[in-house]
Amino acid sequence: MIRILAIVIISWGIIGTIIDAANGIGPSAANWRDLVVAGLAQGAMYGLIALGYSMVYGVLGFINFAHGEVFMSGAMVGFFVADKLFEAGLWVDNFILAFLIVLIASIATSTLVAVIVEKVAYRPLRAAPRLIPLITSIGISFFLQYAFFGLFGPAVKNYPQLPTWLTQKRDIFGVLQIEGTKIVVLVVAVVAMTALYQFVERTKTGRAMRAVAEDKEIAALMGINVDRIVVTTFAVGGAMAGVAGILWAMLFRGVSFITGFLPGIKAFTAAVLGGIGNMAGAMTGGVVLGLFEGVGPQLVLGGLGIPGVSQLKDVVAFTALVLVLIFRPSGLLGERLGSEDRA
Amino acid sequence: MTASTATVDRPVRSAVDVDWRRVLKWGGLMGLTMAFVASIGMLEAFDRRLIINPYLSLGYLAIGWIPFAFAYATAHEEVKEGIEAPVKGLRDVVAGAAAGLVGSAGLAVFIWMISTFSLRDIFVKLSPVLVRLLTFDTSVATGVLIWVAIMVGLGALAGVMHVVTPRLRKALFSGVAWALAVSLLEAIVKDAFDEVKLRWLSSWAYNLNGGLEAIPAIVIAIIAGIVAYRYGGTIPKARRTYAGLAPERRLRLSVIGIVLVLALFIGLPLIVGGIVNELLANVGLFLLMALGLNIVVGLAGLLDLGYVAFFAVGAYGMAVLTSPFSPRFAPALDFWVALPIVILIAAIAGLMVGTPVIRMRGDYLAIVTLGFGEIVRILFLSDWLSPYLGGAQGISRVPFIDLGPWEIKGSNPKSIFYLVAVFVVLAIYISWRLQNSRIGRAWTAMREDEDVALAMGINTVTAKLLAFVTGAILASFGGAIFAAKVGTVFPNSFSLLVSIIVLVVVIVGGMGNIPGVIVGALVLIGVLGGPTQPGLLQEFQEFKLLIYGVLLIYMMLKRPEGLVPSAMRSRELHHEELTQDAWLAKEPEPAADGGTA
Repeated sequence: MIRILAIVIISWGIIGTIIDAANGIGPSAANWRDLVVAGLAQGAMYGLIALGYSMVYGVLGFINFAHGEVFMSGAMVGFFVADKLFEAGLWVDNFILAFLIVLIASIATSTLVAVIVEKVAYRPLRAAPRLIPLITSIGISFFLQYAFFGLFGPAVKNYPQLPTWLTQKRDIFGVLQIEGTKIVVLVVAVVAMTALYQFVERTKTGRAMRAVAEDKEIAALMGINVDRIVVTTFAVGGAMAGVAGILWAMLFRGVSFITGFLPGIKAFTAAVLGGIGNMAGAMTGGVVLGLFEGVGPQLVLGGLGIPGVSQLKDVVAFTALVLVLIFRPSGLLGERLGSEDRA
Repeated sequence: MTASTATVDRPVRSAVDVDWRRVLKWGGLMGLTMAFVASIGMLEAFDRRLIINPYLSLGYLAIGWIPFAFAYATAHEEVKEGIEAPVKGLRDVVAGAAAGLVGSAGLAVFIWMISTFSLRDIFVKLSPVLVRLLTFDTSVATGVLIWVAIMVGLGALAGVMHVVTPRLRKALFSGVAWALAVSLLEAIVKDAFDEVKLRWLSSWAYNLNGGLEAIPAIVIAIIAGIVAYRYGGTIPKARRTYAGLAPERRLRLSVIGIVLVLALFIGLPLIVGGIVNELLANVGLFLLMALGLNIVVGLAGLLDLGYVAFFAVGAYGMAVLTSPFSPRFAPALDFWVALPIVILIAAIAGLMVGTPVIRMRGDYLAIVTLGFGEIVRILFLSDWLSPYLGGAQGISRVPFIDLGPWEIKGSNPKSIFYLVAVFVVLAIYISWRLQNSRIGRAWTAMREDEDVALAMGINTVTAKLLAFVTGAILASFGGAIFAAKVGTVFPNSFSLLVSIIVLVVVIVGGMGNIPGVIVGALVLIGVLGGPTQPGLLQEFQEFKLLIYGVLLIYMMLKRPEGLVPSAMRSRELHHEELTQDAWLAKEPEPAADGGTA
């Protein structure tokens, strides 16, 4: 019943938009293209954060609600480094070097935060019922948010201006015009994702991670140090969140203590959308969700004749989560969970 | 000096037989925590509030408990099963003092750093005032020396606490706790003393600028300590006697107890002043929601993070139906006419949220309900619905509640308190009856194991939906009263924070246990305050959410069953330990040779 209703509403909305477009009202083709590109860039960022959720869920079987704050901490510390580099002049003189330093600082911070959180809060709860670590992670999320609020103040911190050679629009194949920053975001995301994929598929540690995700006890019997692998998982997830933090800064510039909340939830949505525990799925889910969020409000809600659709972006994302869980709870590419986490 | 209390068969341990790694770890953590507390501005923000005039301010208390607590933890030795408990003695004192020394070294580095480098453009709270407070208005070197002395002293004191008998320890702790509590609750105590014509007593005890005077503080501590020492075991003994009574007598005693508590609550608003009444009304409002969430989370085991949605639906429903200023549809009904309609709307909302999530596993359910909570808030805020619900401005002029001779309105907190109290009693009654009913037992069974519950013939779909609907209705009561109390509803009153804080109340109090939830609401909402409502300690406003986060983590790690645990819940959570204990009790030998299974 719910399924039919959802399909009817969505198709009605899309048809409405098409009719509008045929009649020449609504956004122009260039607008649509911009929406798609913005959605893609944002989706790539969601995908990177989603990896952290997905990997932790695959290994430990719970939602690390505080992962959004791990992402925020990287972006926040990145800001302070970027600001100092700007004052020192390096940001203007040699942007690429400065950018690399900021990126490394952000990755280091996020990794550190993720590892500390695992050690302090999650390790003692390894054997607890699965809702207990989830509730703990909500507490950590709050603690981190308001610790950053207390330490660094409530103000939104704006990264220094990016150089103009980066932000100007560029022609791609003569058809698309894309802002340089969005190209960089996409490239960085793809590089990070490929590196991670190689790490998990090719290295010994990566194989151990997959083994632990499959079955902790058997993995331990095979001589794998489960605790160490779990820490590695958190560290790698944190590093990806750190990369995402800098990408966020490039797309939006502003960072504050609540920056982590919404991207966190959406990245989790992306992880579920792609199939939790599945790394390629996390990235796919991120991109699909980003696109959906970029285009969806116009496409579906605009067609239904609802005003102020851009306000409802988050509603679209959350509705997507609900719909995915109703239609295909195992995600687009299928979930990969150990035997005890499947429920 | 050696530990002279050692019995014959236990080896006498030297005073320096301390686990130094532990000392380093906890000492380092102590320094870090103190630097953190100072960096987020607690010391400076609380400094104006005096606890014991003029020696101790709340700021120094906020930082000063840390060395004591951490040194206490350092000196604590884990007693493993099958190994004899170590003799307590000078060793503990040395360990505590050493931890204090390590911690003070950390703090010294921090003080030196903030006084030498200017870090204020990054850490906004590292002001010159903070440096002055940390160095006690002297030079950095003197300040550090004072801290070393204080922290080593506190550490040693914490060690001493380990050595004294448990009874004496309890007495000492309760003496200090009472003195601090009387000072912290100054506003209430003064108010109450004014009402019962004991102003001379409160003006003797409290300084004009706030805070207890030194002598009254000592007197209070001594009295409380002596009482605790003398009558320490009375309450557990009474509880044992009570448990041993015949059922009919127990029931009669319970009824008397409940009547007494009710009488106290009816009489309370007459004694206390306006501030406390306002506070109690807030506590009641959150208690109402917490009781509802307790059914959903505590009994049925469905972690609902979007609970605020129902609160919002209740408030908006009431506002639309009663306010003449509702934008589109304004029937301007009476509160009591509108209430059943609001309940109906809330029940439908509960069904709408419940139906799609019913087959999801527990953690997905949490995130999806969170999503629903946000969807509701964003929709109320959006342009799309603003012709109906007023958008960001919300709906204003929700009328007072007319009760014939009385009028219930926000400016008269006493009236709101009574209204809330009526609903709370109703909610408690409903929860209590449901808990022991067929559906309540179905919920518990479902929480413990859904598959088994299903196999036992419980219709889990109906049970889950009923839990959602009941929770939604109780939250909508809260929302309806909130609308009438505040007079204006707008979307930002219904943020995720409300859901989380209600969840913290339920968890800290004790999931699945009505008295626990009541205690949780009184302690948390009463003392710390709600998301926007100030609590008793108004100074904590800025740090409230940080403290909520820490509490949630701490409770989950150390005491997941809550302050007042329900018997069944705690059995469930500590099931493994209990079976292990039983196993150890049967076969004590294999445990000793390190057979960790």
